[in-house]
Amino acid sequence: MSKIQVGSEIPALELPPISRFTLALYAGASGDHNPIHIDSDFAKKAGMPDVFAHGMLSMAYLGRMLTDWQPQASLRGFSNRFAAITQLHDAIACSGRVTALLEQGGETLAQCEIQAVKANGEQTLVGEALVAL
Amino acid sequence: MLDKSRIGHAFPSFTAEVEKGRLKFFAKAIGETNPIYTDEVAAIRAGYRSLPAPPTFTSVLDQESPDFLPVLDLLGIDIAKILHGTQGFEYFAPICAGDTIRVEVCITDIFDKKGGALEFVVMESKYTNQDGQLTTKATSTLVVRNS
Repeated sequence: MSKIQVGSEIPALELPPISRFTLALYAGASGDHNPIHIDSDFAKKAGMPDVFAHGMLSMAYLGRMLTDWQPQASLRGFSNRFAAITQLHDAIACSGRVTALLEQGGETLAQCEIQAVKANGEQTLVGEALVAL
Repeated sequence: MLDKSRIGHAFPSFTAEVEKGRLKFFAKAIGETNPIYTDEVAAIRAGYRSLPAPPTFTSVLDQESPDFLPVLDLLGIDIAKILHGTQGFEYFAPICAGDTIRVEVCITDIFDKKGGALEFVVMESKYTNQDGQLTTKATSTLVVRNS
């Protein structure tokens, strides 16, 4: 693997479109049983076009991208804001790159900007990760 | 408007067991295929005590609370109106299968925007393992749509 430096890209992770099956599985596995993600009738009554993805499912995808790149034990920080709702059938892609190298607590940390983006280019998650090198 | 006097409120802490089966189910749900998350031998070979919990798994531990999303009852929020605004984690030590994690959550801020059309509840959580070691800190913002 080439040396990690400012500007290094994190290998991207492309996900299949969000299905009702994906959402049902995630609701069960995560314990987040908010019906807005799994019950179309409930979602429509709440003013949404249909069920939509848990924000934390997309964040878990970003987490997969990070731990595919560097061992999880090196992850020091991971944060994002949920910029847009990921709707049913949206396919998102996760990407990121190193923006700075910091010395902190006796370690060199790669500060990374990370994002999840829909096929139409709209950002759904925008955040940052700190990874020890 | 949400009751801002609840800023500082600490929810009763609780413990959650990190179960191997739950971790495998979670890995499947997020499409994780790295064997260290589902095969204990691979995890141990990679230096973990057992299956490690993926980076966002502490949010799953939150759901082990005796009441589902207790902040909703406390502040009188309708579950149909909430969105997740932000989420952040700081990691200090791994969480692995077999751990028992104490979860402590408190409300650190409540504010509104757009004349109250959107309200925000900020919560901080701490996750401490059975040896008294702080494993993770989390900060999250819940958004309430009032319009």
